[in-house]
Amino acid sequence: MIVLNVNGTKRQVDAAPGNPLLWVLRDNLGITSVKYTCGIAECGMCTVLIDGQARRSCVVNVEDVLESEITTIEGLPENHPVKVAWIEKQVPQCGYCQPGIMLQTVDFLSREPNPTEEQINNEMDHMICRCGTHPRIKKAIQMAAEMTAKQGG
Amino acid sequence: MNTHMTRRDFLKKSSLVVAAAALPGKLNIFNASLVLAHAGTSFKPHAFLEIATDDTITVWMGQTNLGQGTHTGIPMIIADELDAPWEKIQVRMALAAEPFKSPVWHVQVTGGSSSIRHRWDMLREVGAAARGMLVETASEKWGIPPKKCVTKEGKVIHPDGRSLTYGQLAKAAGKRPVPENPPLKSPKDYRIIGTQRNRLDIPDKVMGKTVYGIDFTLPGMCIAVVARPPRYGAVSRSYNAEAAMAVKGVIKVVPLENRIAVCAETTYAAMQGRNALEIKWSDGSHPDLNDDTLDALYKAHLEKSGAVAQKSGDVKKALAGAAQTIEQSYKLPYISHAQAEPINCTAHVEKERCRLWIPTQAQTATQLTASKLTGLPVEKVEVMTTPAGGGFGLRGEQDPVEDSVLLSKTLNRPVKVIQSREDEFANDCFRPASQCRIKAGLDKGGRLVAWSHKVAAPSVMSRKMPQYVKNNIDSDAVSGIRDMPYSLPNLLVNYVMVNLPITVGWWRSVGYSVNVFTVESFMDEMAHAAGKDPIQFRLDHMKKGSRPYNILSLLAEKGGWGSPVSKGRARGVAVTSCFESFAAHMAEVSVSKKGKITVHKMVCALDCGTAVYPDAIRAQAEAGVVMGLSVAFYEKVSFANGGVKTANYDDYPILTMSEVPDIEVHIARNNLKAGGIGEPVFPSVAPAVANAVFRATGIRLRELPFKRELLIRG
Repeated sequence: MIVLNVNGTKRQVDAAPGNPLLWVLRDNLGITSVKYTCGIAECGMCTVLIDGQARRSCVVNVEDVLESEITTIEGLPENHPVKVAWIEKQVPQCGYCQPGIMLQTVDFLSREPNPTEEQINNEMDHMICRCGTHPRIKKAIQMAAEMTAKQGG
Repeated sequence: MNTHMTRRDFLKKSSLVVAAAALPGKLNIFNASLVLAHAGTSFKPHAFLEIATDDTITVWMGQTNLGQGTHTGIPMIIADELDAPWEKIQVRMALAAEPFKSPVWHVQVTGGSSSIRHRWDMLREVGAAARGMLVETASEKWGIPPKKCVTKEGKVIHPDGRSLTYGQLAKAAGKRPVPENPPLKSPKDYRIIGTQRNRLDIPDKVMGKTVYGIDFTLPGMCIAVVARPPRYGAVSRSYNAEAAMAVKGVIKVVPLENRIAVCAETTYAAMQGRNALEIKWSDGSHPDLNDDTLDALYKAHLEKSGAVAQKSGDVKKALAGAAQTIEQSYKLPYISHAQAEPINCTAHVEKERCRLWIPTQAQTATQLTASKLTGLPVEKVEVMTTPAGGGFGLRGEQDPVEDSVLLSKTLNRPVKVIQSREDEFANDCFRPASQCRIKAGLDKGGRLVAWSHKVAAPSVMSRKMPQYVKNNIDSDAVSGIRDMPYSLPNLLVNYVMVNLPITVGWWRSVGYSVNVFTVESFMDEMAHAAGKDPIQFRLDHMKKGSRPYNILSLLAEKGGWGSPVSKGRARGVAVTSCFESFAAHMAEVSVSKKGKITVHKMVCALDCGTAVYPDAIRAQAEAGVVMGLSVAFYEKVSFANGGVKTANYDDYPILTMSEVPDIEVHIARNNLKAGGIGEPVFPSVAPAVANAVFRATGIRLRELPFKRELLIRG
């Protein structure tokens, strides 16, 4: 048995230490908002926050995050600026990639609270959205940044 | 979304239930309330619309939620005709059933941009019929003629101001016959259609609550990953079942016909088990098949005469008499759907029934497949459609249905089949590659007098619907050519079918995804040869005032075609007419000396008839630009050693944020029948860019994806 700290709750898991975090979250803990798509850290859809940093859970061994706080999209409050902005800008189409992109955004805005368009482009160039919601993702990131600034961080 | 809603729950709750059945040539709307009230009846219609005594209004969906917006757009149409308060509308996915079949195709399918296009009358009539029944019920109660009553926000209102809610009237209304030909609203009275609404499925998607097919789980379920041949025609020589069984969590290795399934307690165990099989596959039937041999084979096919798919006038004579003729060849690759959510299906086969949970685009086909494999009648096959993480045409394929049903039978428990991403690329049903040669002639005045277009391409229809392939002609393979939006006195379209083991399938906009690129690029070449403005040249060959003419004119106006561009930039246009809609794109590009194309801006003009849900239409149009550019710049599946070489996204780049331009969408306003959206917004993107690149550089790009090296100058 190993113990993971997911969204503020300690969860016991019967999984091998070398298993990818992605599959432990999905298979063992039933947290299916973390998406499998490529399995090689290429698409970004399995992104979670590990101690606040966006990481691709398909290439993170579970044994390496036993001491860490793991946050999935369920771990963000419903009124989190990123969630509010994603609804306000009507971002998702199929929606499958969005939890990963939103969590990447949370990490990004913690590093760049007031990003330029170029910084958004660079950050998001490593995420795949097959539906093509990019124009709205960009607007939502800008809106979330503004909301966060108004809320005083 | 409550995916476990059963017919029984539905029956208990409902009071007024309106269903619709689209019989060939006839639309039937019927009152299902009474039928449903008689328990034990074998007749179990599924409703479109259910009004409960507590005033909740449920719209039952038969169309797959792929994120395209129809799960909001369809309820908007019904709610508008019903005069229902939008806040009271609930949307539920229904089990696959007769009433959800397309009135045009008579199958339940989400594809061909048909969800609203095929149901524009039906959906409005369902809402209007229910409204009529509610009004009649109230008027009878009040002893006044129905026409004295008005409806508003879920209430029938008496001239003296009294009112009854739909919920209060629902039970009695459920005993009335359905009015024949209920009057439909005049477009000026629409209060929901054409307005801004938030998509009903978005909050769950943002909160991470949406359960896609791949997320679906059942008690006792196991998960299977199926290894398929990596090369066409290859067979398994040997594999190590013991090694797979040694993986913790693996339950069983099940050899199926020419594929091997590993069933496990978890997905990861199934994937590990599958890798442990170390299958030795034979070389397959086409060991020499690779990118080069394919290219040569297509070229050779272009030398054949092929079948005449369209002929008007006398092209040969007209070309001989033309003042100027031009001939060019174009080339497009196989491309992948590369949808985000891997293909999957959960099946539970029991003695008396078979249940499936699948993000399918083809419910009827799924039912038929499972029925055939289980021997159960179709009505004993329950198909629950889950939300889908993209589809773009792939999700009509039956492999996951077959695998999950066979495995559930074998293991006697629910089985979810999942493909790995590598399996996705290796087994995708690709958008066919295509090569074509076009020759056209101009008269002295610079008018097109003849167009001859020969296409060499595989046939999707031959695999999917062979009964529709007549005289070796697959109409999809030449769509966009024979129905191009131009009036030409002499047109000849030849089709050479390319038969290969590579599996091809439907992909967003189908044949138009190929042929609009070649037609619109060559149209530009002809405009240049004629010394004409590219938009004016196109307009000159369209009927003045026609929808394509108008949409191209709108594009010219909104995109500022005549206005100056910044130094180093140029604009290009292309237009599409497909799926009963009309789209046009204007790209503004610059090209560096090293050949890098930057698309600064893309303007889309779209005439899709009545714009039911403008924000979803805009979202689709934005997405069409992104996917169109991705296909223009990057997407190409490679083949080697008799199989697919492309393995994952690292081999198959998809356009990302920094290359997404500013996108402007202009929707033509009219009250015509609602046309398609998802597909028409795609085809004219790539040719608009290629045409802009030509105007910027003088270099014509005749191949997709674009070859940057052709653009290196200086």
